[in-house]
Amino acid sequence: MAAPAAKQEGFYDCRDAWARTIEELAENDPRIVAVVNDSVGSSKLGGFQKKFPDRLINVGIAEQNMVGVGAGLANGGRIPFVSAAACFLTGRALEQVKADIAYAGFNVKLVGQSSGVAYGELGPTHHSIEDFAWLRPLSNITMVVPADSWETAEAVKWAAAHEGPVYIRLSRMPVPDLAVENRKFEPGKAELVRSGSDVTIIACGTMVHLAVQAAAELEAEGISARILNMATITPLDEAAISAAASETGAIVTVEEANIHGGLGGAVAEHTSANLPVPVERMGFPGFVPTGSVEWLFDHFGLTATGIARSARKAIGRKRG
Amino acid sequence: MLKNDIVDTIRDKALWMRRRAFTMVHDAQLGHPGGDFSAIDIIATLYFGVMRYDAKKPDMPERDRFIMSKGHATGALYTALCAAGYYPEDWLKTYMQPQSKLNGHPNRNYLPGVETNTGPLGHGLPVALGIAIAGQMTKSDYRTFVLTGDGELQEGSNWEAAMTAGNRKLGKFTLIVDRNRLQQGMGTEETNGLDPLDDKFRAFGWDVEVVDGHDVGALFNALSEPPGGRSKPLCIIANTIKGKGVSFMENKASWHHGVPNAEQYNTAMEELV
Ligand SMILES: Cc1ncc(C[n+]2csc(CCOP(=O)(O)OP(=O)(O)O)c2C)c(N)n1
Repeated sequence: MAAPAAKQEGFYDCRDAWARTIEELAENDPRIVAVVNDSVGSSKLGGFQKKFPDRLINVGIAEQNMVGVGAGLANGGRIPFVSAAACFLTGRALEQVKADIAYAGFNVKLVGQSSGVAYGELGPTHHSIEDFAWLRPLSNITMVVPADSWETAEAVKWAAAHEGPVYIRLSRMPVPDLAVENRKFEPGKAELVRSGSDVTIIACGTMVHLAVQAAAELEAEGISARILNMATITPLDEAAISAAASETGAIVTVEEANIHGGLGGAVAEHTSANLPVPVERMGFPGFVPTGSVEWLFDHFGLTATGIARSARKAIGRKRG
Repeated sequence: MLKNDIVDTIRDKALWMRRRAFTMVHDAQLGHPGGDFSAIDIIATLYFGVMRYDAKKPDMPERDRFIMSKGHATGALYTALCAAGYYPEDWLKTYMQPQSKLNGHPNRNYLPGVETNTGPLGHGLPVALGIAIAGQMTKSDYRTFVLTGDGELQEGSNWEAAMTAGNRKLGKFTLIVDRNRLQQGMGTEETNGLDPLDDKFRAFGWDVEVVDGHDVGALFNALSEPPGGRSKPLCIIANTIKGKGVSFMENKASWHHGVPNAEQYNTAMEELV
């Protein structure tokens, strides 16, 4: 739908890692099935469909049906990966997600594609920036927001093996692989991408690599920024947040989501109750105007420079 | 105006809309041209033959309403509203640009003439139903028209609204289904089939007419209110061709949101005359 972003060397669309991984898993586990809403192409499931035509259920443009069918397939002993544009998967089928997946507790994997503002010019109906706030209270759904291709593949493998509901939130915006050594995907654990002592930038998904660039900018000014990749929003790594608050004294959160009720909200809930420190929340304040993804990121300060600016602001708010 | 003159006018407008919409899609390298082209003759017939409105008074209470439920086909809607006089042609050049009023899906807060925001499929029919019920309550004589895709009818919300409209005998309510038999990825019947669609609507208490959705004379007749009005809602199943008017686009799902390169654009412009 939206024009693909200009191809940049070393940047990858995480949907490719998702598609590769689900195909591999399905080879070895006949219980794995995919459920879609006329979204084979946008979910990159063309390969899966070719290999396993009987294990792809396309219910058509019918998201409520799609999520309910996912719950039923789990009841029937299948491991369904329900994959659709994140906006329709979480928004249109929210009550099915709540009642049939979370409350009933079925072993269903929801995979939200092209989340955040990835659909750019197609506008707020197609953006999925409310999904964190909608799904956070459904606390038995593990909510994972991979930052790169490696993490996407690991999250999908983990989800397939895990017994219980999962929401994996993917983008279509190409991102580079994070340069972190000895990585291990641990749900519920923040990944330390960079050590630092003056401020902590807590980011997820497409925002993590921008935070890394921001830290480099800040370093040039003598500011030491810690970076946490908070790939799991639920359950939240509260210990890592407490450590960030007590050791760096200021926090910036960055998410490709609405700033109300998302990652920033979760961090602020925790710090305000336990270790009050300045928290600058970055994201979108509400419905956004028409614009490409790049334009929207720039307009709302979701850039390395913008993140560095918020970091200085958070540091400035520390109590002397 | 004599019927032949009206039909000629509609044809002229539809041709202008196709050319202008495709230019917008080409310039933005974004859009949904296949669904624009299947819908344009229907929308042109409504705006330039059937509907009562005053573009200078977009909030006029007695206006007929048109709800574009297949909101992705903005090329068709935006060119129609422009040709109807709701805004100047210059605005079309901003299609999809930063802060444009011409978003990838229509927003009533941005543009006069847009009755409601659409984009997620399956929203237009319930909203249009509410408009029609309001008209019935206030004894207004405005008509409410709503255009859906056919794939869109896989959304259950449509059938909830269809049931209510049938039960309430909303004679001033008209649904047009753009029956191009393709959705995003492939055919409607191989995805989650809709046939027999006419029988489904009849069973829900609607009058049904099946027409060639590119024959503007037939569309004009079907959309015009019969003397004495109707006692049931009307569903017009308009058999259409996705990509209609450009040989290499017709009946190809890939043109759902495919965009033309320069050569394809030029070829299309040669054909659209
Ligand atoms: C609720 C919802 N689910 C999915 C989509 C993505 N989508 C946009 S257009 C489209 C296909 C629509 O097919 P159809 O209704 O037949 O329209 P047409 O062929 O006339 O363009 C899909 C699946 C959407 N816009 N809304």
